[in-house]
Amino acid sequence: MENRKIRVLIAKPGLDGHDRGAKVIARSLRDAGMEVIYTGLRQTPEMIVEAALQEDVDVIGMSILSGAHMALTPRVIELMHENGLDDVKVIIGGIIPDEDVPALKSMGVSEVFGPGTNTDDIVKHIRTVVSV
Amino acid sequence: MLKTSPETLVSQLLAGNRRALARTITAVENEIPESVEILKTLYPHTGHAYTIGITGAPGTGKSCLVTALTQHLRKQGKTVGIIAVDPTSPFTGGAVLGDRFRMRDLSGDNGVFIRSMASRGQLGGLARTTYDVMRVMDAAGFDIIIIETVGAGQNEVEIVKAADTTIVVEAPGLGDDIQAIKAGILEIADILVVNKADSPLVQNTVRALKAMLDLGHRQRVVAHHGQLMTQTDSTGAPEYDFREVPIIQTVAIHGQGVPELAEAIDAHRSYLAESGIRQDRQRARLESELIARLRETLLKNLLSAVPDDQLEGLVEQMMTRDTDPMSAVHTLLNYQARKS
Repeated sequence: MENRKIRVLIAKPGLDGHDRGAKVIARSLRDAGMEVIYTGLRQTPEMIVEAALQEDVDVIGMSILSGAHMALTPRVIELMHENGLDDVKVIIGGIIPDEDVPALKSMGVSEVFGPGTNTDDIVKHIRTVVSV
Repeated sequence: MLKTSPETLVSQLLAGNRRALARTITAVENEIPESVEILKTLYPHTGHAYTIGITGAPGTGKSCLVTALTQHLRKQGKTVGIIAVDPTSPFTGGAVLGDRFRMRDLSGDNGVFIRSMASRGQLGGLARTTYDVMRVMDAAGFDIIIIETVGAGQNEVEIVKAADTTIVVEAPGLGDDIQAIKAGILEIADILVVNKADSPLVQNTVRALKAMLDLGHRQRVVAHHGQLMTQTDSTGAPEYDFREVPIIQTVAIHGQGVPELAEAIDAHRSYLAESGIRQDRQRARLESELIARLRETLLKNLLSAVPDDQLEGLVEQMMTRDTDPMSAVHTLLNYQARKS
């Protein structure tokens, strides 16, 4: 019997140590019936893309609070492209200034979720962009 | 649903494409219809990898031990596939798979492939499809496959059906000598590891485990009509068939004791090969797998042949005490016989 689950990688690239947001998201996605691969703090773009490939995830969720999102995101997307992961969606959360959001989206980020986002909105977004 | 044909996926996997390997695992894990064909094509390519099972209570350090052991095996030039199983929520069907978080030191190495699996409702410490995923990794050519189970309580012993060498990880402070003589997880160990051996309590744990081993008759596991049974040395089997379970002390996070663990695995591997026990075990496993799959298929075929109202009617008759459960079974069996 077919048994399909949405798989999401939750990672924290860069050097800040604030992983509470990432854990809250991991837990909410779990409660929404998804399988969450939690890779935790201080991940390099290389580590994130390698894990996404091996785990065959539908979505990569990155939590960035260090301000390095404009450097880390393009590198992740470039590596995803090199590894043929173009069909994997990328969502970003954390402290992202509004003026950076259009640039991130034009790089291929599917959505940016700032502080105070209702976790149900994230679940809804993932269910919309991932075709099950 | 597959984006590439099963044939392309399999040929890419056999050529060493890691993306194809990951996708094949997903297909098998999700039990999509094409997975039957995929597993059939891969089967002749399996049977080469040596499998190591790692089990133990949550927090004993299984993931750290897997990492340290893998680093050691990589220095010996062996490639390693890792399957790390974590529990699925019985309420929502979701899971947080966190073993990979502790395996970060293995990233960037093309000789290692880590896959996290959710147990998806299966009891026993593994997922229903872990055995098939293991075969996919085997066909992909890994020398060693390490399976880390769900954090195990006392009865999560499915791993013995999958692993050549089963390692049970204990940590100081978790139980006394009475815990150690209970039936269950300690019985399945080919090797016992006491991790976190830098704790001052370590000698208590080692002593309790040693006492547990000394209390038992020496025994071995033999295959008998598809069941794994234990035989004690009073049956007069040759002396060399019996081995003592080694207790290895490790501090996985610093790699301490890991070379000794790797030696113990090698020794167990040679023992299985020389005594012929590995072959016996594999034969027994295949027999029980065949019977399990047969049972599942027969049931599925039968239920699909019986119309819903027939089934409901029988339940109704059981409710009103007009028929008993076993007679209802026979009615259903007759129904299928007439259909086929």
